[in-house]
Amino acid sequence: MKIYQIAYKNLFGKKVRSTLTIIGIALSAWVLASLIGFNRGYESSLSRDIDNMGFQIILTAKGCPYEAATLMLKGGTGLKYLPEKVASDIASDKEVKRLSTMLMQAVFDPNKGESGGIMAYQGVDPANYPQMKTYLKFKQGKWFKNQTAYEAVLGYEAAELEQREVGDKILIPGKNIELTVVGILQRSGTQDDGTIFIPVKTVQKIFGMEGKITGVGIQVNQGVDMAKFEEKLYKLPDVQVVSMAQVKQTILNLVSTARVMVLSIAVIAIIISMVGVINTILMSVYERFREIGILKSMGAMPRDIFFMIWIETVILCSIGGLIGNTIAYVLSKITGIIVRSILPYAPTGDLVSIDPGLIITTSLTIIVIGFLSGIYPAFKAARIRPIESIRKED
Amino acid sequence: MPGENIALKASKISKIYKRGIEEIPAVNGVSLEIQSGEFVSFIGPSGSGKTTLINILGCLDNPTSGKLVIAGREIFSSGKFFSESALTRIRREYFGYIFQNFHLIPTLSVYENVAVPLTFFRKKDVSDADIEKLLEILGLGKRMRHLPGQLSGGEMQRVAIARALVNKPLILLADEPTGNLDSQRSGDIGNILKELNRKEGITMILVTHNPQLAKLGDRIVEMRDGNIV
Repeated sequence: MKIYQIAYKNLFGKKVRSTLTIIGIALSAWVLASLIGFNRGYESSLSRDIDNMGFQIILTAKGCPYEAATLMLKGGTGLKYLPEKVASDIASDKEVKRLSTMLMQAVFDPNKGESGGIMAYQGVDPANYPQMKTYLKFKQGKWFKNQTAYEAVLGYEAAELEQREVGDKILIPGKNIELTVVGILQRSGTQDDGTIFIPVKTVQKIFGMEGKITGVGIQVNQGVDMAKFEEKLYKLPDVQVVSMAQVKQTILNLVSTARVMVLSIAVIAIIISMVGVINTILMSVYERFREIGILKSMGAMPRDIFFMIWIETVILCSIGGLIGNTIAYVLSKITGIIVRSILPYAPTGDLVSIDPGLIITTSLTIIVIGFLSGIYPAFKAARIRPIESIRKED
Repeated sequence: MPGENIALKASKISKIYKRGIEEIPAVNGVSLEIQSGEFVSFIGPSGSGKTTLINILGCLDNPTSGKLVIAGREIFSSGKFFSESALTRIRREYFGYIFQNFHLIPTLSVYENVAVPLTFFRKKDVSDADIEKLLEILGLGKRMRHLPGQLSGGEMQRVAIARALVNKPLILLADEPTGNLDSQRSGDIGNILKELNRKEGITMILVTHNPQLAKLGDRIVEMRDGNIV
């Protein structure tokens, strides 16, 4: 017999108690891994969404820059319009690598869903936009033939929703205008998946918005001093300059504030689990007061008893941690979907990012917690004197 | 028959418990010798100090004063206090214990319960085969894989006896070993202890309220008010 076998058999012999304790630890591990995974997933998804916009600066009509940025991220329309001239004025600047005018328009489609819905169209510059969003790959077809073509390129999800293929037509509700689908994009994991792209000139013509745009996406040349360039843009009248780097930093700062809260919750979960483990093991020690006393009368040294009780705690925490982390890993997609349904805005991609590295870290954390939680009950058990347990018998 | 060597010699052992400023003497300067291979029964009414004395003789507790020598080795001498670890080292070298409640580990089989002391300490001449041999001697050969919950009270006490003997102790200390058993099973346990003493030459110290059981001893020591009478 080895000491760990005595510990293991004791835990195995008390199935209900051990199982309940393991469930408690597993839940804590699950919460811990999911919270950290969410924090990481949210940050990286948000970061990627902003980076994938393909441009570093957006110009919109004057207004709240964050509102404008949020609307852009969510694929919505800007609140106000800019004259198209703004884009042509800055297109020749040496700092500008390329730019794309954008015009978002939305119409109510009574045939969408059960009670109708909003259809949104993104007008883009066919010459520059594809080069700014090089990560967009085609599943079928290609970009538009020319600036004024009555053609549309559908994002992966938009194509699925509309059930269209290349060569099919899509009707713009209320306008009685049909566009030919010339391309369907592969899934990109970004907002572009749900977008219907149309040449900007065509959108202007269809919606009677000639000379108007909702925004300009600007890609700058490498090595450009962004601060100086932005400074120059600020001088443009009635134009709001939105630097994506600033937006990203601001949002990530907000997220890092939320991270403190998330980690606080994780710490509380850990403390609750620790108290539960200490309580369970301590109860077991008190129940086995006489048994431990007899073991000591038979030659068990205090360190043997300490090790026996400690190992019980570590076994419980290791099993609980492993189960909890496995659940967190397996259910991370579902957790992400649930969290997404609760949040008012969530970036695209995996919201809960749990990788083997995180699993190892959280598992080790739970095992360390097991080591720490076991110290006090093991110390109490090691101090039991056989004479006290025998007296208790009388 | 008592052996020629002295297994245990106690000189003027006293134990005084303190309750606040009040001092309660439990054992008053008791001296006695137990020969190797001797079977000594301790009797006396509750509170007579017999269990306290036996606990000191069995190195489960320190005396307040007095001297104790086991197999020629001086254990306690006046003013010398032993830590729990030091007492444990002495106990596992010389003693086996049986108590009124058997205190078997419920999650371990009969065989494993008997093997438990070897987890912590194993004398050089003790092997795993000794466990089976002991269980056979005690009539538990067919119960080795059973859990304590599947045994009768008498069987459980026999397992406890095997556990106490597995490390081949010099002295077996039995404190009310039949307190939880009916008269027939008490007789069986008494006979087992007597046989072990007679055949294996184990020094036996028995504390009991049962006069029939006490009579199995080569000598009966009666205690009253912390003294041997």
